[in-house]
Amino acid sequence: MKNLIDLEKKINSELTTKINKTKIKHNQIYLETDKDDLIDVVLFLKTNTDTKFKQLIDITVIDYPENNLRFEVVYLFLSHEFNQRLILKYSIAENEIIPSITSIFPAANWMEREVFDMYGVSFKDHPDLRRILTDYGFEGHPLRKDFPLTGHTEVRYSEELKKVINEPVKLEQNYRNFDYESPWEGTKYIKEELDSNDKKN
Amino acid sequence: MTKKIKNLNLNFGPQHPAAHGVLRLILELDGEVVEKADPHIGLLHRGTEKLIENKTYMQAVPYFDRLDYVAPMNQEHAFALATEKILEIDVPIRAQYIRVIFCEIGRILSHILNVTTQAMDVGALTPTLWGFEEREKLMGFYERVSGSRLHANYFRAGGVHQDLPQGLEEDIAGFCETFPKIIDDLESLLTENRIFKQRNVDIGVVTKQDALDYSFSGVMIRGSGIPWDLRKSQPYDCYEQLDFKIPVGKNGDCYDRYLCRIEEMKESVSIIKQCLSKIEKGPIKSLDGKISPPSKKEIKQSMEALIHHFKLFTEGYRVPKDEIYTAVEAPKGEFGVYLISDGSNKPYKCKIRAPGFSHLQSMDYLIKGHMLADVPAVLGSLDIVFGEVDR
Repeated sequence: MKNLIDLEKKINSELTTKINKTKIKHNQIYLETDKDDLIDVVLFLKTNTDTKFKQLIDITVIDYPENNLRFEVVYLFLSHEFNQRLILKYSIAENEIIPSITSIFPAANWMEREVFDMYGVSFKDHPDLRRILTDYGFEGHPLRKDFPLTGHTEVRYSEELKKVINEPVKLEQNYRNFDYESPWEGTKYIKEELDSNDKKN
Repeated sequence: MTKKIKNLNLNFGPQHPAAHGVLRLILELDGEVVEKADPHIGLLHRGTEKLIENKTYMQAVPYFDRLDYVAPMNQEHAFALATEKILEIDVPIRAQYIRVIFCEIGRILSHILNVTTQAMDVGALTPTLWGFEEREKLMGFYERVSGSRLHANYFRAGGVHQDLPQGLEEDIAGFCETFPKIIDDLESLLTENRIFKQRNVDIGVVTKQDALDYSFSGVMIRGSGIPWDLRKSQPYDCYEQLDFKIPVGKNGDCYDRYLCRIEEMKESVSIIKQCLSKIEKGPIKSLDGKISPPSKKEIKQSMEALIHHFKLFTEGYRVPKDEIYTAVEAPKGEFGVYLISDGSNKPYKCKIRAPGFSHLQSMDYLIKGHMLADVPAVLGSLDIVFGEVDR
């Protein structure tokens, strides 16, 4: 459907209980669903004549270590026909295994491998779930918030052993994270604050 | 008598001139026919996304130059657009034209490199020599505007870093006059060249359906006959006011993709010309002092400007809590940034969607049943740069 509001209504009426929340912002439509409904929702979005989200743009995860449901899995879709973008999300706990959508979108293969590599989220029915971006034999999941920026091991060529070796990172100085906490904020806040002050007065 | 025949496993790369960077491709060969291809990537993985999470918004820009290092400013553009949309700031019209001019220069840079190295992969050396001379001139423009030939760090949220230096507009206009002749020269070497056609026509054919299923974008999807270009369908900056055509292929093979790239270079030249004729004097970055740093002159005179300068280069600006996906039509395809901000001065998460990642993924499907010698031809037409694939 050409119109985002119509599309939102259509998705809500067709998928009813499978969609928890919808939102339109920045000319994109945001959906929230559950892990168990994922396959149905994705199939609907791809095949329905009013949606036709035929291209999977990307899959990623957002890590919120303080939440009970730690990871938020995000799927980005594009519909060429209606020129629309859709963002589909659901939350999962650590160690939860989620369904793979490689059977619906072949492009999901590497994207899911990347998510597995970077966040350690496993996929059910994935044809070839290996690490993809990190080194052979790498340990840990770099994009998790509790993974240090400097990593755990560093690589160097050892003159004695005549080969490349991995050893624990030794830093001359620890990575410094400066706290810039200050009341200095962007204009939008100031504008809003002034507006609310005006209203109060 | 029966003989046991075993398929041969061949390691292509990571050090191989036709691998276009650090690609390790494990090929399973039956004689000279490729049965299976398994690309191993990540040899250039630098953890860009992790680094960006630990840098302020302004410090994150240089990382984008290092993704697709052949067309650096196109990447910066995606990040600048994403931050601008969340901050809800407007970009002055002059800045929009400057950005479009340099994005198109980036497109030409990337396409020259790709077309000529694709030719080199199938045996022609001269196009590379001719094409690189032009790239050198274009990188000269990059240097004059940003101080650096490759890693420009020029686009900012709200505009660009500084105005065009004197005389640059005329020189770019001059380049637009001479460059079409070079494209014609390249075409005279390649387009009807018997060997070039034998190596590229009907090689690596992508159907429309597969182009969609494998998340192709850019020339890879247009070569298969789908007229999709984000500059037209979801215009950003001033692309709406410009008149240009989208070249579309018919057969979806390596040769059609080569033709698309050649035509796109011609369109880019026309876009640059239009921008140069429309560009007017005016501000080059957002007038919002909380986002754009003040000029040196102001710092010397105004206390407020000095404070702004100090705060912007230590703390940086804060971006309200939001999430957004923005994409630009980079030379290689749809380059997207999925940005999650949490109200602080650093992005909470910044997922980079690189076109080359999904293109390279299809290598197994594209090369199955082709000969070993076709591997460089297909790889060349995919237009892979490892900076963006590995991130």
